Amino acid sequence: MKILVFVNHVPDTETKVKVGADGKSIDTAGVNYMLNPYDEFAVEEALRTKQAFGGEVVVVSLGGDANKETLRKSLAMGCDKAVLLKDQSVRDSFAVASSLAAYAKEYGAEIIFCGKQSIDYDDAQVGGIVAELLGWPSISVVVKLEITDGNIIAEREIEGGHEIVHAKLPAVIIAQKGLNEPRYPSLKGIMDAKRKPIEEKSASPADNRVEVLALRQPPAKAAGKIVGTDASAAAELVRLLHEEAKVI
Amino acid sequence: MKILAFAEQRNGQFKKVAFEVVKAAQTISEQLNAEVIALVVGNNISSIAGQLGGYGAAKVICVEEPRLELYSTTAYAKIIAEIAKAESAEVLLLPASAMGKDVAPRVAVKLNAGLAVDCTALSVNNGTITATRPVYAGKGLVDVVVKTPVKLFSLRPNVFTAGNSNGTPAPVDIRKVELSDTDFSAAVKEVKQSSGKKDVAEADIIVSGGRGLKGPENFKMIEELAASLGAAVGASRAVVDAGWRPHDEQVGQTGKTVSPSLYIAVAISGAVQHLAGMSSSKYIVAINKDKEAPIFSVADYGIVGDAFEVVPAITAEVKKLLGK
Repeated sequence: MKILVFVNHVPDTETKVKVGADGKSIDTAGVNYMLNPYDEFAVEEALRTKQAFGGEVVVVSLGGDANKETLRKSLAMGCDKAVLLKDQSVRDSFAVASSLAAYAKEYGAEIIFCGKQSIDYDDAQVGGIVAELLGWPSISVVVKLEITDGNIIAEREIEGGHEIVHAKLPAVIIAQKGLNEPRYPSLKGIMDAKRKPIEEKSASPADNRVEVLALRQPPAKAAGKIVGTDASAAAELVRLLHEEAKVI
Repeated sequence: MKILAFAEQRNGQFKKVAFEVVKAAQTISEQLNAEVIALVVGNNISSIAGQLGGYGAAKVICVEEPRLELYSTTAYAKIIAEIAKAESAEVLLLPASAMGKDVAPRVAVKLNAGLAVDCTALSVNNGTITATRPVYAGKGLVDVVVKTPVKLFSLRPNVFTAGNSNGTPAPVDIRKVELSDTDFSAAVKEVKQSSGKKDVAEADIIVSGGRGLKGPENFKMIEELAASLGAAVGASRAVVDAGWRPHDEQVGQTGKTVSPSLYIAVAISGAVQHLAGMSSSKYIVAINKDKEAPIFSVADYGIVGDAFEVVPAITAEVKKLLGK
């Protein structure tokens, strides 16, 4: 099976948001980057799919040279080949997705995996847009996946429960935490990854449809009130919640 | 100009966010001089449709048939896009719920439109809609505009106020959209409800526990406090990663971002990524032994003390207050 997995290179979860000089994006000084956590579940599921059906896993990322680090990590986990769709411009989800879809078509992908959202812009759009552009079904926030003879049965998370979704290949599977337990790259994997090629191509052009006017920090909360230091404070806390905050 | 508001229903009942979306459409319609049309998709739903008039819909379009009883990404996307085209709607509002987040990107592509997701505010200036949405799980906010002729916005549940219905019923217009089997290429066959469990993403009150609880068995007191308040149980990443709690309860950057009226954090120190997911809650209570814990910096009320003593005491007080 020709398996594609999309990965993004994002500021890690410890990052504190400081507005950059352009007023629209974060100040990246001192920021550490990582393979987007949700994409890690996608990579793992792609590798398991290859284990079950054979074929190859190609990992694709759109961005600058920095994204090679994330591609390398995916290769170390076991992906066969990496492709960097080079582009330094600021792209919205549609512009990213349209280039990824164009590459998927060119490659002849039979299944695509991606994470449910990037933890920077939290946009959660790329998988759905790619599927729509390809005319494929998509299943999002997937926590369980079974593929038999080209038939997919997936479980997706909804409010207070799960939906069991049926679809057929080819399809886009959008991973949620819980889908699997991503493997750690082995030492051999890390060594092998250094020898695996990263193919560089220029990303197909696409126009943004959503424009960011400004990035700002959420209003800071004023310091609260320490109600007490032991169980005797419980009554006062409940009174405050009832009478002052009026939330219970 | 027309605004199409997608009103989500499940099992023939509107979700609370359906009213929020219709009301938000009505609020911006005044400045845009627009007409608000609501759309309901499902099976046997025309009888509930009219009530959307009470939240500002001038008309409600219903698309119903047995195959739409359960959600289908592909079929719902087609219906929403077809109705938007038929009505020449220029603005579409959807919920940023599990359904809305799933369907909206596909609808946007069908309408050659841009989509701003998970918006927490909409404002109109000189006919242009500016949306505010959290990024980095709420560590930042961006103001965005959609540049395409047709514009989509999905709205975070629990943020926009629906208020009370003014009781005006809206006329219901039942429409047919031709659907072939291929339009159901991704379709839900079964819904498994977690019995009686409230979801953190929808809850008005959340009681969350962290690693300071020392073990999964100690979540019983969190569950008891949550039950006394009618609240959902949440969890920090540390306890989810340790396997104490299911990941659908995780609050934070790699879990759910929540905005309840009341968030009670028990034995959670407040890592950056956790604070990101809950600091937009209206009121925050922190219970922690460590007075230096970062959670206190966002808390409205704090108790610096032992959760094992404090939490059962709060549960008892809540029961006393609410007469349970």
